[in-house]
Amino acid sequence: MAWETVLLLLIVFAGTSGELCVTRAMKTIGEVHDFRPSSLLRVMLRAIQVPWMWLGVALMAVAFFSLLGALSMENVSFVVPVTALSYAAGALGGQVFLGERVSRRRWLGVLLVCIGVTLVFLGRK
Amino acid sequence: MTSSAGLHLKTFVLIFLMILFGPLGNVSLSKGMKTIGAISLHSAADLWRIGVQIFQSPFIWLGVLLLLLFFVSYLLVLSWADYSFVQPAGSIAYAVVALWAHFLLHEPISPTRWAGVCVICLGVLIVGHTSPRTTEQK
Repeated sequence: MAWETVLLLLIVFAGTSGELCVTRAMKTIGEVHDFRPSSLLRVMLRAIQVPWMWLGVALMAVAFFSLLGALSMENVSFVVPVTALSYAAGALGGQVFLGERVSRRRWLGVLLVCIGVTLVFLGRK
Repeated sequence: MTSSAGLHLKTFVLIFLMILFGPLGNVSLSKGMKTIGAISLHSAADLWRIGVQIFQSPFIWLGVLLLLLFFVSYLLVLSWADYSFVQPAGSIAYAVVALWAHFLLHEPISPTRWAGVCVICLGVLIVGHTSPRTTEQK
């Protein structure tokens, strides 16, 4: 149970921090307008020069292997719904770390996700 | 120029592919890890052994492939469709995971858990239906 909780927390927090880092890296590069393969390749070459990108990818790898670990002990119908908590972590992280404004409506969605996850926890036998 | 109807069709096909590949990928990973069995880590040798088992499991590779296909569909659709349109459409994936888990992996799902999954879908739907950009562009 203790291990499982650690893995679930890692999936949510390493995954969300990873996405936030990747977002931050992509924002320093700027909006992509040109989707031709050669320009996309140039965007990728620039992306891998941003340290935030590496940190993000490393964190996302941690989240992926934690997902594998959690799936080895728990049902997928438990693990995947619980990972929806990343919407809560994402809203919080987006606000604190990226300076995004999170609307009241979005917090309502986050609250519903949290209630849903609680039900999924309660519904395990 | 792509016609509006064509663009709609393209968008829905890719969202359908996301909902198809994402949940199936997770279910396949789950099947692979269940075949390996519960992980017990006591030494570095255990970690190595499990790593080898993971990379030898066809279900893990299938899962990774499906999740890659999901990710590519996601990136492609985001190149023309709004995030605030795509993300709520993807919220149904949480219900689809539970359905596959029940019918393919025969996982028992209590009514409370079904209710939880539905509330999560609703929550994700609402989260997604908000403005996709609130920061100033530099």
